[in-house]
Amino acid sequence: MTTDPLGKETMAESGIQLEGEVIRLDNVSAAYGRHVAMRGINLSLNFGDFLGVIGPNGAGKTTMLTVLNGLGRVVGGTVTALGQRVDARSAGQLRKSIGYVAQQQDIDPLLPISVRESILSGCYGIVGLVRKVPQSFRDRAEELMGLVGLEPLADRPLGHLSGGERQRVAIARALLQQPRILLLDEPTASLDWQAQREILGLVQELHLRFSLTSLIVTHDLNTLPEVCNRIACMKNGQLLWEGPSEQAVDEARLSGLYGTDIHIAEINGRRHICY
Amino acid sequence: MDFSILHYGFMQKAFLAGLLGGVSCAVAGVLVVTLRITAIGTCMAHAALAGALLGMLLGTDGLAMAFVFSLGVAGLIGPLSDRADFAPETVVGIVFSAMLGLAFLFIGLMPGPKSQAMNLFWGSILTVRALDLWVMGVVTIALLAGLGLFFKEVRAVLCHRSVALATGVPATAIYYAMLFATGATVTAALRSIGGLLIFSLIINPAAAAYQLSYDLKRIFILAGVFGVFSCWGGLLASYYFDIPSGAVIVILSTALFVVCTLFSPKKKGLTRRQKFSLSFSQGAQMVAPITPEKPHVR
Repeated sequence: MTTDPLGKETMAESGIQLEGEVIRLDNVSAAYGRHVAMRGINLSLNFGDFLGVIGPNGAGKTTMLTVLNGLGRVVGGTVTALGQRVDARSAGQLRKSIGYVAQQQDIDPLLPISVRESILSGCYGIVGLVRKVPQSFRDRAEELMGLVGLEPLADRPLGHLSGGERQRVAIARALLQQPRILLLDEPTASLDWQAQREILGLVQELHLRFSLTSLIVTHDLNTLPEVCNRIACMKNGQLLWEGPSEQAVDEARLSGLYGTDIHIAEINGRRHICY
Repeated sequence: MDFSILHYGFMQKAFLAGLLGGVSCAVAGVLVVTLRITAIGTCMAHAALAGALLGMLLGTDGLAMAFVFSLGVAGLIGPLSDRADFAPETVVGIVFSAMLGLAFLFIGLMPGPKSQAMNLFWGSILTVRALDLWVMGVVTIALLAGLGLFFKEVRAVLCHRSVALATGVPATAIYYAMLFATGATVTAALRSIGGLLIFSLIINPAAAAYQLSYDLKRIFILAGVFGVFSCWGGLLASYYFDIPSGAVIVILSTALFVVCTLFSPKKKGLTRRQKFSLSFSQGAQMVAPITPEKPHVR
């Protein structure tokens, strides 16, 4: 995996830990009512890791992300993030250090919030109740808008944006939190090919630039090995395999995971997954 | 302009009630309209009505019991509608029907004439008491103060609650506080506006303001202005034309919504000039249709 030397230097100067375990799941199970969405998951991620989570629908991928920021309902095992056990007491505080880009949802076109205001809401948790948003966060929001290409749309109502633009807003909002961990839940779902490429490229760039530890849930199997350094395969709430991304692209493994014939073709030295 | 109407003490109180009720109901309305939970407003109005009727049945003023019922319903609906195994509209529907049933039960159990109970349905802004004004004043000030202090959190929860929760904002607490504020507003204005009419004063000014702006602060201000305009308009019409004030308040607020929707900048399309310039601009290019290289074989 490559790292941005500038980002690392900045992080090291600020005294933030650059090595060691950031996320740990010990025999974690999660359920919604009587439906067990995830069972007996063990996982460990170190600083700077970028984990791609793949698997068919209903595999428990989103649940894996939400147990990390305390939104999922853990019924067994222990979740540890940034050296702290994630439970009802600590979740509120931990969420301020965990950026979360949720699955795209329908937004009312009349919703009274602009792109700038929506991005600024990313820092409300850190700023705290009653207090006004400091100028430093406003400046950072402007920088992030420039970084994700939203500057011309800053005053546009959020409901007027396209799917790709809304995902950029969600990413900028999550980054305004200055997170240590970034969770992305299908950020490229229902986007066209060009937007998918742009969003994944942007995510990879930001992961390196801000020295994050990231998890991404996606169905884009072709791009994933380039973006992530590790991949986890989930099915029926269980973690079937987890390892380096170059080993993940395997016909038998992917065919078993999705229950359909998957072939891998090598074109110009690059492996392409055909299904 | 003739200000003789303000020489009467009961009209001064009525105008003050219109100001406080118009502002507080409209502000609570913006909360429920933006959250798309307008049915909760109706539900709370009926809960307050059932509580007030029970209070009257027990020989008390009714106001305290109305607060107990509406705040109790607010505390019930929030957690229940957040549960994955209940659809929010189902919870609201069940609580609403239960409150309506209780209201009619309490009326049925009341001995003697029921005119005082029926007043709670239609409201009586012209006979508003000093106690009602005090309660409305306290609730309105608390509502505006809460909104001013927590505006950024309120906006975050109104526009994307799940996102606010994920960024560390106490979104659930803010959401429940908004439900309690709506319950308190409805109860405070119940006696002057009426259990049936208050719903329109909550929804219509807020929905009208929602048509005019994307700026939440402006929507709150416009809704307040529309609420007060409807109340004062209703009072004036009632005074000069001897017609029921409550009915005119509802009709005026509905008319405002219709006018705002018709002239809503949010619903406007391109002007004729813009359409014309698009059709004949140099940038407009015809895109050649994609044709198959070979004709279809039939």
